[in-house]
Amino acid sequence: MRDRGAWPGIVVVVLLAVVFLILPHVYGNQSLLFQMMTFVVLTQGLNLLYGFTGYLPFGYVGFFGAGAYATSLLVLHTDLPVIACVIGGGIGSIVIAIILGPLLRLSGAYFSIANLAASQIMFFVVSNGNLSKITGGPYGLKIDRVYAPEASYLTMLAILLLATGLAAYFRASRFGLGLRAMTQDPVSAAMAGIDVVRQRVLVWLASAGIAGLAGGTYAWNLSVFYPDAVFTLQISVFAIVFALFGGVGTVIGPIIGAASLYLLYNGIGISFPQGFELLYGALIVLLVLFLPNGVSSLLTRRGVRVF
Amino acid sequence: MVGLLEYAVIGGILYGLFFSLIGIGLNLIFGVMRIINLAHGQFIMLGGFGAYLLSRDLGLNPLFGIPLAIAGAIVIGYPLYYAVVPRLQKSHDPEMLSFILFFGIAQIIEALAVFGFGADQRSLPGDALGAGNLGVLGQEFPDSWWVAVLVSVLAIGGLYGYFARTKLGYATRAIMADRDEARATGINVDRVSAIAFVMGLALAGAAGVFVPYLLGSVSPDIGTGLTTTSFAIIIIGSLGNPLGTVVGGLVFGLGTMLMQTFYASWSNLVPYVLLVVIVLIRPSGLLGKAVRHA
Repeated sequence: MRDRGAWPGIVVVVLLAVVFLILPHVYGNQSLLFQMMTFVVLTQGLNLLYGFTGYLPFGYVGFFGAGAYATSLLVLHTDLPVIACVIGGGIGSIVIAIILGPLLRLSGAYFSIANLAASQIMFFVVSNGNLSKITGGPYGLKIDRVYAPEASYLTMLAILLLATGLAAYFRASRFGLGLRAMTQDPVSAAMAGIDVVRQRVLVWLASAGIAGLAGGTYAWNLSVFYPDAVFTLQISVFAIVFALFGGVGTVIGPIIGAASLYLLYNGIGISFPQGFELLYGALIVLLVLFLPNGVSSLLTRRGVRVF
Repeated sequence: MVGLLEYAVIGGILYGLFFSLIGIGLNLIFGVMRIINLAHGQFIMLGGFGAYLLSRDLGLNPLFGIPLAIAGAIVIGYPLYYAVVPRLQKSHDPEMLSFILFFGIAQIIEALAVFGFGADQRSLPGDALGAGNLGVLGQEFPDSWWVAVLVSVLAIGGLYGYFARTKLGYATRAIMADRDEARATGINVDRVSAIAFVMGLALAGAAGVFVPYLLGSVSPDIGTGLTTTSFAIIIIGSLGNPLGTVVGGLVFGLGTMLMQTFYASWSNLVPYVLLVVIVLIRPSGLLGKAVRHA
């Protein structure tokens, strides 16, 4: 793939843009499309970290929630344009990621569980009644004066293209090659001159920033939300399952995984959540045991190189 | 004020001893197999529902939930062990893959529990383990707390005895120290590990019997919180050592009770803050394996 340079990435990004610009004109339920894009973004953002460094952020939703709150607080307390507030949400998440940076010293499951704990801490702090003057406590925030479904849809699309572009860059660049080397063997990668810590931290910040931007745009689109809506562990869980299903470490795997499973969730999961929970629980078990690289590896095994 | 502090300290010790039992099954399975049972909290939850059903439908004392938990652990644990664990251990990253796989199992259990038991919170009759209070230094706690603590101490003591006095226990410790060398000395690693796996589930289920008393109720969604709390406890203590889990449980219990007494609205932060702080300041000291190599 690398020899084809940036082309596959450009093709995927353009295709996504075309599809999500046309879909609202063919299919009336724009809020469903928005939700779907949100999950594709989160899945891709999680894939940036997990797929390219092997660090599974179980508390990924923490960055999403932090972005939602940072954006809303900026909307409420400043006169900045909403887009700037959304970017502020991304920056807010990156700041949180810098604070949590030392978690990267942990390996594997310890990182995941500590990251989960960190997202729970954020949730409990934000939803604590003692802070209701600032964060609205358990009642959340309301930014309905800037409500704009069209503009927030387009913003989410832009974030989706950004996340996909980043994944394509990781997939096809020298930087990404370094990431793949250090995932397989960090010591040898360091010997080969890769600045392991710097690269890993950069990916961590990029992944957090994507979730923060998505959270800010999500809050903008909802315009009224409770803390549970943007901090529920289910968001992390969905992103993980969708990414595993599609195939981590690729560009199109997470997109396909998130889009298809989100549609399935929308079909049966909302009216019958336990049924969907049972289904994705079983799906995880089967994927780990039989298809650890997701459905896209079905193609890889047949000699098709999945971008 | 002095009374409050005493209440918090004694309550914290009792609560902490019980939470040692909550965490110890996870520790045992990790120590022996390097497998992370992320469905640990869900097995605790099943133990709680077992006791609830025995008490509601058969009118039995909830304590019969303990033999039920052991039986359930054997019936579920052996097939589950042989279905997934050897396969995971052959993979390139057993720790991370088991983490994800058992997360899937947790979701399956949770969904089935909602089908089977409904999503409601269930509690057990308050007087089934004794209706009175028992005091120490003028601080009174319900009898059910004392029963839970007694069972916890017995179970952990029993596990300690198993490690220190029995042949299987020696073999288990040998596997904890070095899996391959244990196999080379002729230990049937799979059989011993399977027993440890079943024991881990049984300890979780037995702890679950008391969850309705110590935490007020049991419902299908309590699993994830219990798993994270258990993680905090076994990380504070040290992995693979039952006494370490007791230390972790006591730190957690005292922390929670002190916070509940003096800053009640922030007490739900305790296990998470403890977890993050401990893994950040002592990543290698308390758990040797938690350090990255580059």
